[in-house]
Amino acid sequence: MKRIDVALIGTPNVGKSTIYNTLTKNHEHTGNWSGKTVSVSTGECAYEDTLYTFYDLPGTYSLISKSKEEVVATDFILFHKFDVAVVVCDATSLEKGINLVLQTKEICKNVVVCINLVDEAKKKGICIDYKILEERLDSPVVLTSARENIGLKELLVAIKNSKGLNYLDIDYGVLNGSIRSISKEIKTNEFNSKWIAIKMLENNTYYLDKFRELGVIEGIEVPKLDVDVNLEVVLKFAKKTKEILKDIIIFKKANYDARERKIDHILTSKIWGIPIMLISLFVVFYLTIIGANYPSDWLFQFFSFLEGPITHVLEFIHLPSVFIDLLVNGVYKTLYWVVSVMMPPMLIFFPLFTFLEDLGVLPRIAFNMDKAFSKCRACGKQALTMCMGIGCNAVGVTGARIIDSKRERIIAILTNIFMPCNGKFPSLIAIITMFFVGLDHAWGSLLCALVLTGFIFLGIVFTFLVSFVLSKTILKGEPSSFTLELPPYRMPKIKDTIIYSVKNRAIFVLGRAVKVAIPAGVLIWVIANVKIGGISVLNHLVSILNPVGVILGLDGVIILALLLGFPANEIVIPIMLMGYLSTNTLVELDNLTVLKDLFVSHGWTIKTALCFIILFLYRFPCSTTLLTIHKETGSKFYTFLSVIIPLSIGVILCLIVDFIFP
Amino acid sequence: MTLEELNLNDYVTIVNVSGDLTIKRRLLDLGFIPGEEVKCVLVSPFHDPKAYLVHGNVIALRGVDAKNVEVVK
Repeated sequence: MKRIDVALIGTPNVGKSTIYNTLTKNHEHTGNWSGKTVSVSTGECAYEDTLYTFYDLPGTYSLISKSKEEVVATDFILFHKFDVAVVVCDATSLEKGINLVLQTKEICKNVVVCINLVDEAKKKGICIDYKILEERLDSPVVLTSARENIGLKELLVAIKNSKGLNYLDIDYGVLNGSIRSISKEIKTNEFNSKWIAIKMLENNTYYLDKFRELGVIEGIEVPKLDVDVNLEVVLKFAKKTKEILKDIIIFKKANYDARERKIDHILTSKIWGIPIMLISLFVVFYLTIIGANYPSDWLFQFFSFLEGPITHVLEFIHLPSVFIDLLVNGVYKTLYWVVSVMMPPMLIFFPLFTFLEDLGVLPRIAFNMDKAFSKCRACGKQALTMCMGIGCNAVGVTGARIIDSKRERIIAILTNIFMPCNGKFPSLIAIITMFFVGLDHAWGSLLCALVLTGFIFLGIVFTFLVSFVLSKTILKGEPSSFTLELPPYRMPKIKDTIIYSVKNRAIFVLGRAVKVAIPAGVLIWVIANVKIGGISVLNHLVSILNPVGVILGLDGVIILALLLGFPANEIVIPIMLMGYLSTNTLVELDNLTVLKDLFVSHGWTIKTALCFIILFLYRFPCSTTLLTIHKETGSKFYTFLSVIIPLSIGVILCLIVDFIFP
Repeated sequence: MTLEELNLNDYVTIVNVSGDLTIKRRLLDLGFIPGEEVKCVLVSPFHDPKAYLVHGNVIALRGVDAKNVEVVK
């Protein structure tokens, strides 16, 4: 079988990932964000007698500049061996894509041009003379509509038949003389010496070092020029692009983007922009909370039903009874507790959120909110990581990758915890209902939602406050440039959305949670079952922690539960019940009246409830999130900060509450 | 005048792009190239950032960044 290695290049939002996914069936995500594909992913596809290996490069606007994605893409094209480069262009805005085609043709001989989204262009009344385009570009042009699976076979055939022979030769005007004299001295067959000459004139230290290492440019004198080389290069490419596209695009409808602009005006209007945004987020959260209830119960009942059979099996293989108890009541119970409360909300929230993302609504939210963030010297895209944080802080932290500046990304990561995640909602709702709203209030659930919104609002205030303080102290710096593409609205493919969000977000979080739940289960079991001097370790710990609890307006059991709830916020209240009822395993109480009586009999008042909520909201990120923060920042210091910042705010707030209501 | 001063639906041509190297390159990459025509298509609820139609794409820029792009009507 013949093998062909193909590099996929394209600007963001052209459906490059859709092409890659459809061909390789790898279901990488179709992204609306530049930088979503930060590394190069690989997939294979066999067609007729040929095996194609695709390398999906990060979306990039150009190969001239220096941003992270651009360097990854350019490096790959320069230094990695492959046979054909496919540049994916957007038929609805061809200029950007053709510019990239030209830049690619300057460093890679064999280029196939794939013009995607032709169906969308047709709908918008954009006509392009592809025949002339092909002639002018001197590269094969293939029309595709990857979402409808149109043109992909033709693309594969074109890749197989493509034989590029020459680099593109751009007329650099005033630079021509210097380029000629430098490139004569460059010793290479592998690279376009003209391109290297330009990098030398630009004094691009990154590539100079690379080529120096390769021994290509030793001892070459570079003349100092009195022109802005980079600007000249950009202008020449823009000019060439214009020449190529001259008179071959016809807009049949004068206002082809009128509908889009209309939606945009509503979504970003002064009066409606922010309310619409809040309502759509509210709907997502509401559907998540309501929708997750039943499946959570079913899962819970199913798993607890299995406790019996599992115990029997373990007894059958003659495991010691202590060990069985540890496995079933410790590990298994904690594990299924976490899974059944965590999984359903994730499976609902993330598909909904990804849907909004793919639709193109989220960049508009960042656009609306940017001003507030720029005042705190942070980035508008942080608004999106905050929304993701309400789904799950770990996902919010990973989501911060969309922020280009490192400083602003770390701010977004460190403040993400101030958004209460889904996992905290059921417990918060229970406590709010019992102590703030009252159990038989006619407007109970509405009032409860209002109080909850109040706490989320408090979280937003802290996010801004902490972002501001951080950017004045540890993460000092001016806000970096904020450039955000507002892509056209596109109806997402529901199936892809679900597969992506479940695979890359829900399962990702769940996997990490399970990893921590197992040791936590062991720990909880040991604490509850091992006795020292006739009293369980749990009770010892409770009495040790009690003084700390009292200072904070709480008690030892609550503190212990908050500490042991480290793997998952969902098990904090069950651990508390375990402590109060002196059982040796996690306990659930569905009946809020009974639960409230139990709490009150252990001295709970409104003040206790308030202090509990504060510390529950602001203590430290759960273990999953903490692991993610460490992975994303690569720094122990920032991971430490992510604990100490919310914890100190929580403790101070509790002390204040304690001071006001002694 | 600069891009920052545009009102909704103003239509201009870019004359020059300045500023430090990072932002300048970014702007050029996004299509804010001298000679190019730009239209201000969206203004955010707090007036900053604004979004511009350039090269067939809608790009949002903050005022501080848009100041680097000199334009004429």
